[in-house]
Amino acid sequence: MKLAYWMYAGPAHIGTLRIASSFKNVHAIMHAPLGDDYFNVMRSMLEREREFTPVTISVVDRNVLARGSQEKVVDNITRKDREETPDLIVLTPTCTSSILQEDLQNFVERAQLDSKGDVMLADVNHYRVNELQAGDRTLQQIVEFYINKARKKGELPEGKTEKPSVNIIGVSTLGFHNQHDCKELKRLMTDLGIEVNAVIPEGASVNELKNLSKAWFNLAPYRELGMMTVEYLQKEFDMPYVDITPMGVVETARCIRQIQKILNAQGANIDYESFIDNQTRYVSQAAWFSRSIDCQNLTGKKAVVFGDNTHAAAMTKILAREMGIHVVLAGTYCKYDADWFKEQVSEYCDEVLISNDNGEIGDAIARIEPSAIFGTQMERHVGKRLNIPCGVIAAPIHIQNFPIGYSPFMGYEGTNQIADLVYNSFTLGMEDHLLEIFGGHDTKEVITKGISADSDLNWSKEAKGELNKIPGFVRGKVKRNTEKFARDRDIGEITLEVMYAAKEAVGA
Amino acid sequence: MTAAQQEAPALNFECETGNYHTFCPISCVAWLYQKIEDSFFLVIGTKTCGYFLQNAMGVMIFAEPRYAMAELEEGDISAQLNDYEELKRLCDQIKRDRNPSVIVWIGTCTTEIIKMDLEGLAPKLEAEIGIPIVVARANGLDYAFTQGEDTVLAAMAHRCPQEAQVKEEEKGDRNAIQKLLNFGRKTEDVTAEESAHKAHPPLVLFGSLPDPVVTNLSLELKKQGINVSGWLPAKRYTELPVIEEGYYVAGVNPFLSRTATTLMRRRKCKLIGAPFPIGPDGTRAWIEKICSVFGIEPQGLEEREAAIWASMEDYLQLIRGKSVFFMGDNLLEVSLARFLIRAGMTVPEIGIPYMDKRYQKAELDLLAKTCQDMGVPAPTIVEKPDNYNQIQRIYDLKPDLVITGMAHANPLEARGINTKWSVEFTFAQMHGFTNARDILELVTRPLRRNNSLKDLGWDKLVKEEAVV
Repeated sequence: MKLAYWMYAGPAHIGTLRIASSFKNVHAIMHAPLGDDYFNVMRSMLEREREFTPVTISVVDRNVLARGSQEKVVDNITRKDREETPDLIVLTPTCTSSILQEDLQNFVERAQLDSKGDVMLADVNHYRVNELQAGDRTLQQIVEFYINKARKKGELPEGKTEKPSVNIIGVSTLGFHNQHDCKELKRLMTDLGIEVNAVIPEGASVNELKNLSKAWFNLAPYRELGMMTVEYLQKEFDMPYVDITPMGVVETARCIRQIQKILNAQGANIDYESFIDNQTRYVSQAAWFSRSIDCQNLTGKKAVVFGDNTHAAAMTKILAREMGIHVVLAGTYCKYDADWFKEQVSEYCDEVLISNDNGEIGDAIARIEPSAIFGTQMERHVGKRLNIPCGVIAAPIHIQNFPIGYSPFMGYEGTNQIADLVYNSFTLGMEDHLLEIFGGHDTKEVITKGISADSDLNWSKEAKGELNKIPGFVRGKVKRNTEKFARDRDIGEITLEVMYAAKEAVGA
Repeated sequence: MTAAQQEAPALNFECETGNYHTFCPISCVAWLYQKIEDSFFLVIGTKTCGYFLQNAMGVMIFAEPRYAMAELEEGDISAQLNDYEELKRLCDQIKRDRNPSVIVWIGTCTTEIIKMDLEGLAPKLEAEIGIPIVVARANGLDYAFTQGEDTVLAAMAHRCPQEAQVKEEEKGDRNAIQKLLNFGRKTEDVTAEESAHKAHPPLVLFGSLPDPVVTNLSLELKKQGINVSGWLPAKRYTELPVIEEGYYVAGVNPFLSRTATTLMRRRKCKLIGAPFPIGPDGTRAWIEKICSVFGIEPQGLEEREAAIWASMEDYLQLIRGKSVFFMGDNLLEVSLARFLIRAGMTVPEIGIPYMDKRYQKAELDLLAKTCQDMGVPAPTIVEKPDNYNQIQRIYDLKPDLVITGMAHANPLEARGINTKWSVEFTFAQMHGFTNARDILELVTRPLRRNNSLKDLGWDKLVKEEAVV
């Protein structure tokens, strides 16, 4: 047993559902107790999703436990197959129902007999992997399933697209700024003259998966989601992949150069150097920001970075290499992939921390006392308590990570967004600095509004206590209304009864 | 109440046993840890449980938390580890770090399935670490959403002291410091009690409500000369009310049937079965019922109710004649529907995860009578509804408002259907006369919002083919 106050990555089934519900016309059936389908709430609320989340829970309750769940699960799969005719139904248990040790594979086979669409059991160990690993695995499983299916039917296409083309792999629902990144990556590919053959899983149809092999290469911008798929495709079709996250000016250029190398190896004759130079020096504002006087003042400021592998590594490199900020500690919660992270960041920071214990990270921040933190919502909160500004750079996702406006982290527009994030995070520190120079904003004391000092009315102790329980922002209004009510009726002492009577009279 | 004697229309009950979304009952931790200030809640479950509390409930486990997960790992599931030793290690740490007055173990579906004997382990560990441990099985196999509170309160009902115990402990100064801190408050209570209370047997109310609502309802009863001798739960675990055989108890929420049963069967209390104090009609009926049990003639309630209705006229004008569909989520549905019908709305369907017809009898009777009084058809009450079927019915019925869980709100809004989150009613301060307006504030908000947007012509925000 582990005492846990906070989780950086969700349980496995969340990863599976993120993949399933990213695809178009794929439905997931959860075999789980009541309430375990909160993924629907997350997707609908956090992403402000307009469509009904294509996830249905097949409720496990006492009756089902007593009778066995096969009939119910099979019924629910075939029912959904009739109701919404999805191309694929993915069955997943949760941590809880996976310990029932039922033969879910058998349920799936049974259900397949009566279903028009495909039916599949997500092959994930719910106690050994987390959301990120499960998502990676489920995506690979679905891709493999459809490639095998096409192969069996002899429908696998031959050859490549005429022009250089790419599959962007790993963009999913409830991913950190994924929608914006995807748009930006598509734009970047267009600028590079590369056709986008497919984006998976977000918005993709499983029936198109057989065409993945037509692309010249795969791009896996996220370390957490897509690596298993690109490795599978490499093994299966000898497809090269680029796994350099195009975040920050330097890494974006490195990613583009890697793409160039891969394309030229396949006979394209292209040179992206002038594009990179033009983007870097004139189009993106980030390189200029690095040279600007604003950024000069950030030199040597101490920062702590913490997040998933993709974002923590990229951010560490940007801060250290592009902005001259001193990254004292870089950390990740992706313990299962710690070696990669260490290799990526060790030359850009003093310390590396691999942990998913928020207390350990909080303690490190308190010890280091950086000028700014770049972390998750948890570190933002730690920062609030320690009065250290924090820019949020990684999941666990929060509604604030679904801004309505365009804000990618990747590509050249991403570099601008990150520069803004860094600058705004440090501004508080800068303001402090200026305040020291100029002696503060305002030296006058704040005039607090006393409870009864400025009034001739007497508040009873209980009423005063009650008044204090009312949230601060309306307390003044309630107090004024109550006193007016009392004055109108010549009541000298405000008791609880008077307060409630006033509330009713005013109707607010 | 004489409602049952009149020929009210029969309510239709159905049980769809469908696939429906509601929150897991462990969500009760989110409000109970705030209510019981000296408690610590330990949820013994998996990552699935923890991530739910953290993300879907939006109750992020931030500064100075008083709840945590005991996250079960593979070794726990396969019984390679000793449950007692593991729980002892965790509870020792909680004691060291937070030193609460009580640790509440929340059992989950997983502890049910692996048959972890929490009730068996707790007494031994409690004796060893010297902190009371209350065990509640708030699992999704047996319960839905707000029923989690029911499991916790039912477990706590066993821990309410008896008069003799308290006297004994007071000699030993069980809470010397606590009493010192509460010194001022205690004396006030005493003076309050002196004022004009009529003689009646002790009354304990059960249900977790925010403190201002507790004060408000206690005050309403005080106006009738009734003294509330305690609330379950109290603000502190150390202040659980004294419960003796023969005490009267009354619930304030419709989802507390187990607590009611426990108080009756195990503590030999007498349950006052009344409609719930939600809406001015329900509040009046609740007070009247308590008065009638104590042989007290209620004073001024009719005028009071009328005055509240009159003060809400501006909101009532917005909802009169409109229909509201409850998809079912928090078990407050019947009480809210009854109030909204009295307010002039019609209700075609009340979805509800679980319906205890005995504990809710007075409420159901009042619902039937209200339908009769208002001349509207009685709603169909659908237990364990099927959300997919409900959505088809919503498309057919085109209700003016759908009160629904969070999973369906945005998609329905995108199809031009007004919605309100049911969970807001769970957290709103809506009990009693004074707060009735706040219920209508919530109910009318989508109507007011969409009124102000209606000229824009944007009511449907999904492409046509997406509407089934």
